[in-house]
Amino acid sequence: MTDPVAAPAVVRLEGVTKTFPQGNVTALQDIDLAVAPREFVSLIGPSGCGKSTLLRVIGDLIEPTSGSLSVNGKPARKAREDGDYGIVFQDAVLFDWRTVAKNIALPLEMLGWERRRRKQRVAEMLELVELTGFADHHPWQLSGGMQQRVAIARALSFEPALLLMDEPFGALDEMTRERLNLELLSIWEQTGNTVVFVTHSISEAVFLSSRVVVMSPRPGRIAGTVDIDLPYPRTAQTRDAPRFFELVTEVRQLLRSRGEHLLPEEEAVLE
Amino acid sequence: MLLVLAVLVGLWELYRWIWTSTGWTWPFVVNDTSMPHVWTIVKAFGQPAQVDQPALISILLRKAAFTAQEAAAGFGLGAMIGFVLAVALAHSRLLQRSFLPYIVGSQTVPILAVAPMVVLWINPRLPASLQNWGAVAVIAAYLTFFPVTVNTLRGLQSADARALELMRSYAAGRWWVLWKLRVPASLPYVFTALRLAATVSVVGAIIGELPTGLQDGLGGAIINFNQYYSIEPQELWATNVIAALLGIAFFVLVVLAEKAIVRRPPERAV
Repeated sequence: MTDPVAAPAVVRLEGVTKTFPQGNVTALQDIDLAVAPREFVSLIGPSGCGKSTLLRVIGDLIEPTSGSLSVNGKPARKAREDGDYGIVFQDAVLFDWRTVAKNIALPLEMLGWERRRRKQRVAEMLELVELTGFADHHPWQLSGGMQQRVAIARALSFEPALLLMDEPFGALDEMTRERLNLELLSIWEQTGNTVVFVTHSISEAVFLSSRVVVMSPRPGRIAGTVDIDLPYPRTAQTRDAPRFFELVTEVRQLLRSRGEHLLPEEEAVLE
Repeated sequence: MLLVLAVLVGLWELYRWIWTSTGWTWPFVVNDTSMPHVWTIVKAFGQPAQVDQPALISILLRKAAFTAQEAAAGFGLGAMIGFVLAVALAHSRLLQRSFLPYIVGSQTVPILAVAPMVVLWINPRLPASLQNWGAVAVIAAYLTFFPVTVNTLRGLQSADARALELMRSYAAGRWWVLWKLRVPASLPYVFTALRLAATVSVVGAIIGELPTGLQDGLGGAIINFNQYYSIEPQELWATNVIAALLGIAFFVLVVLAEKAIVRRPPERAV
C-alpha cells in the first residue's frame, strides 16, 4: 500500500460538510479524507451515517455545503466531466433495452469512441469480468451477480483512475457476495484502480480493503480508520486467518464506540 | 379468439331469439330492424346496396381504405406532435404547468364541435392532393396526440433515479440523457399510448368525415346508411363491422411494431 500522505491523493476532502435543508439534517460533518493511488478504501457505518452521501460528494453527484474537495488533483466537477471515475450502485442499473455488450459500451458511446474500438474494449471487459459469451444477452437474462459484474465492466470500460462503489454486493446472497469479492480483488489487481467502496458489512470491508474508514451517524463523521495489513493477493483462506478476525473485531469495536474513543494513531491516518 | 367471436355471435342470436319469442320490449323492441340476424349482415356484404352498384363489401373496402389513409396520416401526425410536445414539457416544469391544463382542455371539447372549424381553416390552405382528407387527418391527429403526450411525458419521467445519476457521472448533457435513457425508458409508455391512439385515430377520421361531407370514407357511408336504416339496417351494421375491423387492424399493427422495437423482460411484456 502506498503511503497516503506522501503520494498525491486521488481523492482529497478537507472539512467537507453536507447539510440537507429539508429537515435540517447534517449528513456529513467535517470530513477529512485522503485516498492515495491504488488504495482500496472502504467506508463503513450504520445506515444514516452518510457513507453513500460521502461517495456521491466525491463523484460530484451531490455538492457539499462547505469544505474543499479534489479528485485527481482537480475540482470534483472537472474530474466528473473528464470521466475520472466509474461508479457502481447497489442495483446494477443496466438498461433493459440494451444487450450486455451495449450496456458496457454506453459510456464509450458518449465519449465518442468509434465502433471498432468500442467493440474491442467491450470484448476485453467481458473477459475481465468473465462474462465472455453473454455479450448478446439482455440484462434480465442474467443473475444478480452477473448483472453486477456487467455494471463493474461498464464502470471500468473507459479506464477511469477511480472506481466508486455504493454497496455493490448489498443485494446479493452471501455466497455470491464472497465470490464477487474475490473477483473484484482480482480485477482491482489487474487494473490498478483506486477504489472507494461503501458497505455495511464488516467482513466484506476488511476482506477487500487496504484501509477501512468507520463512520458514525447524526451527524455523519469519521469515527476512525483501520489499516488492513493483510497481504494481497487475498484468497478465500484470508477469511480464516486469525489476523482477519482481529481486524474485524477492531472495526466492530470502532463502530460500537461511535467515535467517542478515537485512538491517537487512528487520527494520524486521517491527516 | 375465433371461439370468442362464435360466442358473441351466439349471444347476439340467443338474445334476439329470447326477446322476439317472449315479446319483451325492455330495454328496446327486438325485431329485424333493431337487431338483424348475423347472417343477414354477413349476406349484406355480398349484395349491392343499390341495384346498379358492385357488392357492398367492395364499396366498403374502398371506403375503408380511404378512411385508413386519413387515420394513418392523422395517427402519424398526432403521434409526432404528441411526442415532441411531451419532450418539450418534460424539460420544463414551467411549460408543463402552463400548458398541460390547456392540453387536457383541448380534449374535453367535443370533436364534432371543433371539426367544422378545422375544415374551414385548414382546407383552403391545403394543396389539391390533400383537399378534404387532409383536414380529416388533422381532426384525427387532434384526438391522437393527447394520449401520446400524456403517456410519453410519464414515460420520460419514469427513468430510474440511479440511472439518471449514472448519466450524470458520465457528464452526459440533456440530449444524451434524452436519447440514451429517457426516450428508451419511455417506449413502453409510448406504445401503450400508441395502441390507444391507433383506435382513436380511426374514430377521429370517421367523425371528421361527417362535417366535411366527404362521401369517400366510412363516415360518409355511415351517414348514408343511417338514412336507410329502417329499410335496410344490415348495411349500417355491415359498415360498423368494417369500421371495427379497421380499428383492430390499426391496433394490431402497433402491437406488432412494439414487439419488434421494445426490448423488455418477458415477464413484464403484455
